[in-house]
Amino acid sequence: MPLPPLQLNRPMLKILKYSFYDLIRSRWSYVYFLFYLALGFVLLFLNNDLSKAVITLMNVIIVLVPLIGTIFGVMYFYNSKEFTELLLAQPLKRSSIFLGQYLGVAGSLTLSLVLGLGLPFVLYGLFRSEAIWDFSLLLVTGAFLTLIFTGLAFNIALSNENRIKGFGYAVLLWLFLAVIYDGMFLLSLIVFEAYPLDTFSLVASMFNPIDLSRTLILLKLDISALLGYTGAVFKQFFGTNTGLFVSIIMLFLWTLLPIWRLAYISKRKDF
Amino acid sequence: MIQIENLHKKFGKNPVLSGVDLALANGGIFAVLGPNGSGKTTLIKCILGMVIPSSGVVLVGGKSIKNNWKYRQEIDYLPQIANFPGNLRVNELIRMIKDLRQKPSNEEKLITLFGLSAFLDKKLSTLSGGTKQKVNIVLTFMFDCPLMILDEPTNGLDPASLLRLKDLIRQEKAKGKTILITSHIMQFVEEMADEIIYLLEGRIYFRGSMQALMNMTEQKDFEHAIATIATQPTDA
Repeated sequence: MPLPPLQLNRPMLKILKYSFYDLIRSRWSYVYFLFYLALGFVLLFLNNDLSKAVITLMNVIIVLVPLIGTIFGVMYFYNSKEFTELLLAQPLKRSSIFLGQYLGVAGSLTLSLVLGLGLPFVLYGLFRSEAIWDFSLLLVTGAFLTLIFTGLAFNIALSNENRIKGFGYAVLLWLFLAVIYDGMFLLSLIVFEAYPLDTFSLVASMFNPIDLSRTLILLKLDISALLGYTGAVFKQFFGTNTGLFVSIIMLFLWTLLPIWRLAYISKRKDF
Repeated sequence: MIQIENLHKKFGKNPVLSGVDLALANGGIFAVLGPNGSGKTTLIKCILGMVIPSSGVVLVGGKSIKNNWKYRQEIDYLPQIANFPGNLRVNELIRMIKDLRQKPSNEEKLITLFGLSAFLDKKLSTLSGGTKQKVNIVLTFMFDCPLMILDEPTNGLDPASLLRLKDLIRQEKAKGKTILITSHIMQFVEEMADEIIYLLEGRIYFRGSMQALMNMTEQKDFEHAIATIATQPTDA
């Protein structure tokens, strides 16, 4: 299968713009923004320390951002069915329509995240702190997770006419990657204790964007106690810098794969 | 203008179009008729590229529409159910479509014609069905394209607006446009259409003028002719 070209053309940017404005005006963007704003302030108030707040934040971001991305992605896709049909009859390429909408959703979610968390941290004195790089990496990872999970959600919604099914699959996917995957991973480590599991765990963590993000952040924060088995193997195998690099590349691939599939199946669908 | 050869479409195992052949010349009003579920909307959506045919060829303006989207530059489409994004205001929607199509448009004239000025700042979700249909009509008629596809254009219109719509369609026809209409209102079809294309079970069962249809079915009025067409043993 040849890869469809994923260039950012002008009609696509226009659709991105309209989807983005549509979302910026919706109530949910503000709820999401205010939630992160409150979270940032509360964490800073409770921890009274930037680096500690970053760690707590990581745990929240890694679970919550994928969930919001998934739910929002599915919801937006189904809710904008009419808008999509209106666009489909216009002289526009299908991939422009869907990629534009996708980037509009992912973009507005990322904006809520970055502004919501950024504001309290900046007010607290982020720019004078050493935690600025850790914090930036946290936001970059959050942005990646938003892109990845919104993309996966769009894929699921595009493949399922039935909204209830689409919602179900999307939530299951999140549950699997955020909770069940780790459990299975741990279980397999216990069961196959007697074998060398370095390669296995390395590969296993690559296949889950949530694990990958956690490893990425913890590698940067350099907290061995929290690194866990995968992280330790990662660090041992790659060293901190290569490890960071490899996990970022993997996150890129994780982002591109759903986008590519989105362009691919949207070409073949009936509306 | 439109050429369709051996068009088949199945949704899953359910065949909706099974071998449609159709050639429409430039100019004139063609009414696509048929009972519910006969494949009218699917046929129209195939021409628009919204539904991808299982097999067969569709040519618009002499070019195959497969993997092509630029040809829609030449089509004005009025969708059947005017469901617009509810968050948008009427003027925002009009501006958006203009921005996406990048063509000269004459929406002001149509807005005045249908008395929509008072609704321009209203959100689309607050409009009544008839008003939405008027917006729908403005969006379709504001550009000047050689091919128009109107899916149930009379839906929800009051008598005065219906008259205006008919005038509009006649004006467009006078410009030499090809206009494809589906409707369940036979009076409207009788008044407007030059030719009837009757679909039955995914095939073109009859094509010709209204007079030919009435001769074939031996009925005196058009409505009865259409109602009895499918029960005739004649092979069209």
